[in-house]
Amino acid sequence: MREVDDEKNLRKRKTVSIALKAAVWFCGILTVGILVYILSFILIRGIPKINMEFLFGEYNSETLSAFSSVVATVEMIVISLLIAVPVGVFCAIYLSEYAKRGNKAVKVIRLAVDTLAGIPSIVYGLFGMIVFVYAFGFKASILSGICTISIMILPVIISSSEEAIKAVPDMYREGSLALGATRLRTVFKVVLPSAMPGILSGIILAIGRIVGESAALIFTSGTNVLKDPTLNLLASQRTLAIHMYMLANEGLPHSRDMAFATGSILILIVFLVNFAATKIAGMFGRLNNE
Amino acid sequence: MDNISKHNNAHEKLMQAIFFLSASVSVIAVIAICLFLFLRGFQAISEIGFSEFILNEKWGPTNVPPSYGILSMIVGSIYVTGGAIILGVPIGLLCAIFLAEFCPPNIYRIVKPAVNLLAGIPSIIYGFFGMQVVVPFVREYFGGNGFSIMSSSIILGIMILPTIITISESSLRSVPESYKEASFGLGATKEETVFRVVVHAAGSGILTSIILGIGRAAGETMAVVMVAGNSAMPLDKIELLRPIRTMTTNIVTEMSYASGLHQLSLIATGAVLFVFIVILNTALSLIKSKSARN
Repeated sequence: MREVDDEKNLRKRKTVSIALKAAVWFCGILTVGILVYILSFILIRGIPKINMEFLFGEYNSETLSAFSSVVATVEMIVISLLIAVPVGVFCAIYLSEYAKRGNKAVKVIRLAVDTLAGIPSIVYGLFGMIVFVYAFGFKASILSGICTISIMILPVIISSSEEAIKAVPDMYREGSLALGATRLRTVFKVVLPSAMPGILSGIILAIGRIVGESAALIFTSGTNVLKDPTLNLLASQRTLAIHMYMLANEGLPHSRDMAFATGSILILIVFLVNFAATKIAGMFGRLNNE
Repeated sequence: MDNISKHNNAHEKLMQAIFFLSASVSVIAVIAICLFLFLRGFQAISEIGFSEFILNEKWGPTNVPPSYGILSMIVGSIYVTGGAIILGVPIGLLCAIFLAEFCPPNIYRIVKPAVNLLAGIPSIIYGFFGMQVVVPFVREYFGGNGFSIMSSSIILGIMILPTIITISESSLRSVPESYKEASFGLGATKEETVFRVVVHAAGSGILTSIILGIGRAAGETMAVVMVAGNSAMPLDKIELLRPIRTMTTNIVTEMSYASGLHQLSLIATGAVLFVFIVILNTALSLIKSKSARN
């Protein structure tokens, strides 16, 4: 009797085990399936619609050209990186090279960086609108957008730089200091160059965030589209992601097609960004880039 | 010689100050965000009245007389976030278990980058996909006009997958090998070991991933605004297949034409959302310090 029970029990356990294994495999495949479906759905409809007229032509109801948005996006990437990268990297240097262990300031700074990372983009958008658009009087402009998004990408840059700097072996620092280099010189000539791949992959991820951002920009850099795209930072010009949002909301078949095209460009940029970040981080010897 | 070292010293001091200043930018930014958001938020709430704002379900800023109750949007945010968690957590957790314990290396090389890519896709793409695929699907198979709590939950459920998967996977991987060996030694199968022992031991990491997922879902704006339908529903009309307005979409749909108290009340909606996120962050750091103590 006992043996029969045991056997029954064992069979039940085996069935449950097989079911669990199947569920786990199913969810793994499902995740990849969802990604492939989303990407192919947009790319198949969007890529054939991309042409020179759309990318570089003048904006009118026929072309719905993205040129103004391309210019705005590039401007936004370049200048916000110019602001956020030095600040972020210096912050990481302070946290990992200068601050004393258990320092109160470090705890506060860490908490602030974590908090910034968790704030939803719409809240950044509201903040940018209150401060840069109204209080500073920048109005809805690329400049307001740049100021807002520079704060937003800080946590990405800080945490990836800090991680990269921490991974530099202490031997390097000791060697440099033993040769009589100052602490500062050690940081700039030894630590930063060895941490560069990690810092770079953080910067690339930040580019991905800037390109894809919409909620933080819609009230700061605005939704304007210009016939003559301008480099003037005080002009309001929509970025690519907002261009897509506006086209998708127009509800006409032609604008929907062009939303697919814009979406394809965004996806191609995200591909490129992810590929580059993984490659560069891989050079650094870390296989799992998160 | 003396001169050079003095020069170096000054240089060192200067750069140290610059490093410290750069580090304090984040702190200043957080303080400024809190300050401005709450200042404006309080301005609105003191004019409207706290319970008129938070506990009133009637939203009609352009009505005469206007009413500014956001209760139905708070409820809306809770519903779509809850839906996202119900859909996203089981799938994400099982996928994380797959990656950490069952996945052969050659398949890992496909699934892991796919998860990273999922995290990198802009919300606007998810929203557009939802509008073109999920909304018609829900309309066709479940009824209603498709713009609904259900569509929003599906899209948000997909969007929180990478957060759940990445963090759960790394916490599953950090469970000591000896736990598993002990379980195997007692005669448990691989699956029993993983689900009874490893998942249990990785509990606080998994909880962290869920809380981050909640934060991401509750704060998401552009993807939700494209699939939710955005009608401010009275509480008793809120249903799975009906349109819904969340706190985030309330801000984004009306900000472009709002002014005066209306605009302030939208900022106050953002402040309420921000309070919610701060509570989540506090919970996170409590979990972190608790698991660090263990």
